[in-house]
Amino acid sequence: MAEFKHKHIIALRDLSKEDIELLISTAENMREINSRDIKKVPTLRGKTIINLFYEASTRTRTSFEIAGKRLSADTVNITTSSSSTTKGETLSDTALNLLAMKPDIIVMRHSVSGSHYFLADKINCSIINAGDGAHEHPSQGLLDMLTMKDKFGRLDGLKVAIIGDITHSRVARSNIQGLTKMGSHVFVSGPPTMVPPGVEKLGNVTVCATMNEALQDADVVMMLRIQQERQGKTLMPNAREYSRYFGLNPNNIKLAKPNAMVMHPGPINRGVEMSTSMVDGDQSWILKQVENGVAVRMSMLYHVCGGELE
Amino acid sequence: MNLLIKNGRVIDPSQKLDDTLDVVVENGLVKEIGKGLKAPAGAETIDATGKYVVPGLIDMHVHLRDPGLEYKEDIISGTKAAVAGGFTSVCCMPNTKPTIDNKAIASYIINKAKAEGSCNVFPVGSITYGLSGERMSEMGELKESGCVAVSDDGRPVKNSELMMRSLQYAAGIGIMVISHAEELELVGEGTMNEGYTSTELGLKGIPRVAEDIATARETMLAEYTGTPIHIAHVSTKDSVRIIREAKARGVKVTCETAPHYFTLTDDAVRGYNTNAKMNPPLREAADVAAIKAGLTDGTIDAIATDHAPHHEDEKDVEFNVAMNGIIGLETSLPLSLQLVENGVLTLNQLVDKMSCNPSNILGLQRGTLAAGAVADITLIDPTCEWVVEADKLASKSKNSPWLGQNMKGAAAATIVNGKVVYQR
Repeated sequence: MAEFKHKHIIALRDLSKEDIELLISTAENMREINSRDIKKVPTLRGKTIINLFYEASTRTRTSFEIAGKRLSADTVNITTSSSSTTKGETLSDTALNLLAMKPDIIVMRHSVSGSHYFLADKINCSIINAGDGAHEHPSQGLLDMLTMKDKFGRLDGLKVAIIGDITHSRVARSNIQGLTKMGSHVFVSGPPTMVPPGVEKLGNVTVCATMNEALQDADVVMMLRIQQERQGKTLMPNAREYSRYFGLNPNNIKLAKPNAMVMHPGPINRGVEMSTSMVDGDQSWILKQVENGVAVRMSMLYHVCGGELE
Repeated sequence: MNLLIKNGRVIDPSQKLDDTLDVVVENGLVKEIGKGLKAPAGAETIDATGKYVVPGLIDMHVHLRDPGLEYKEDIISGTKAAVAGGFTSVCCMPNTKPTIDNKAIASYIINKAKAEGSCNVFPVGSITYGLSGERMSEMGELKESGCVAVSDDGRPVKNSELMMRSLQYAAGIGIMVISHAEELELVGEGTMNEGYTSTELGLKGIPRVAEDIATARETMLAEYTGTPIHIAHVSTKDSVRIIREAKARGVKVTCETAPHYFTLTDDAVRGYNTNAKMNPPLREAADVAAIKAGLTDGTIDAIATDHAPHHEDEKDVEFNVAMNGIIGLETSLPLSLQLVENGVLTLNQLVDKMSCNPSNILGLQRGTLAAGAVADITLIDPTCEWVVEADKLASKSKNSPWLGQNMKGAAAATIVNGKVVYQR
């Protein structure tokens, strides 16, 4: 079996194709554990994992916690809204204090892009990025790719449309980094106010002026959450108009390949970026994404610990 | 103390001098320049063979953080950094605590610099009280108390009417207005230049046009009112173009850029390097090229550092949280000498931009080695190679993007009012 040489997983940009293949194939094996009656293996027994969340999260935090527990690690969750932008302890001090309690892995979500690199310079346990600002969300990128592989049996040569607010999306960046390495082609579309400059240079990316263009013959349609707080500000008029031009519905999905899969990282604004019939319809893989999230995170935890499966 | 500076290459654009000459300094003034001069009685002789001897360098844009923010820098450490970098005069910006918006603070700075500083310090007062952007400071009194310009540096005067009236009022008093040209709404929460690098790093970008719109407004206000204006820290290609065009129309606009804007691009931010975070932000290669072209053709009048010391605790944090700005006094000269090495500027032009022009723009009556002038003189060793090391910097703060890097060229000696205040 190939060896995973990284101590941290901060960005898919930092990983090779082989690293990604390894993380995904291990996740496929981990799924077997998740289907057992007794969903627990002793692999990470005695390891301590701290889930340090500076931003609200239900799915990702729970998923990491369950992943750690299924591998028999001791997991502790810390959710805090205070970061060093508000008055309080600095990120660096918090991390050093946690480190004094000898964790093996810190899983962190933080609103500032790059804060995991900042931390990695200061502490000697492994760091897994559970989302940093608008930079990356590697576990989401990996679980998305695992889900695509479930459907198509491969990750090369796929046409993946990512629709929505690309500028502020760490999910989009991780998918672009990962899918490009695996040999797929990403088509992005959103209001021009939400497409960042130079995004086509991030990988095998084509920027489409309209959503229909991006949907054309797509194998995968990934819809991004539109942040409610952006409505009525400078990036778009309102949810109604957004949904009209960048919402997925039973009509425009017909532009994609007939067997195209529909994905969303959650949480969904029903009726805004996707109609309810698309969320719950036959082509939706959204809950499979969530299910795969646990396996992918088990794989990530396992590999940064560098152990062998028992 | 009297001095004889022998055999240096004397470069003084104010007298169109560039020759191997001797300089005699007596009672704090330049007495004579010529060949084979004799040392006056009791004079110290400095052998300047292989060195450039130039009018003392002037940094028209620094933050000394004194009063109020002395944990970052103070007048003593800041002027030590200045003379180590070859500067004989610095102009310090008013965003101190309290603001330089009254005579007491201006006098405090001038007196402390005279008593304990190593070089001349010329304070810049604020355009508006407390940098509030709401009402004019007492510019007349600020000028009388020794301020050489007014600026709300760090933020723009957002209200266009107030800016226009300030230009008119300042012109009446005879004090220069220095503009921090920035359209705040376009900057928003941005932390670096908007471009490919910000997209890759997932950092919110600051578009160039945020600076360009403000630069255009300032030149138009100056044109409409017929008053002079100086634009600080120009960083974009279009701001250079706007200023070039305004100058061609006869607008009384001058401007400065900083060494980081002609040396670095936003690539330096990679790795979320907080020592590459400043405002305006580092731009892209096309901007660097335009800044150099602007220096060459005279659109950009001055090189100033925007020396912005920050404590380690303010930089050793997540990127978004880190303070804007870098120190620059001790690296400006070698970085600017690179412009000569690369053919962007002649030595004469360099001395213009680092001494004569800043003096002329602000009326400092320096920037010359003419007989009778104040003996502010910098001796430059163009070949000296050294490494930027945190513990060797005179500045209290160490927030430099060049830490650990090699530099070529340094101040060999810095002479202020006829006194040798620094020797390498």
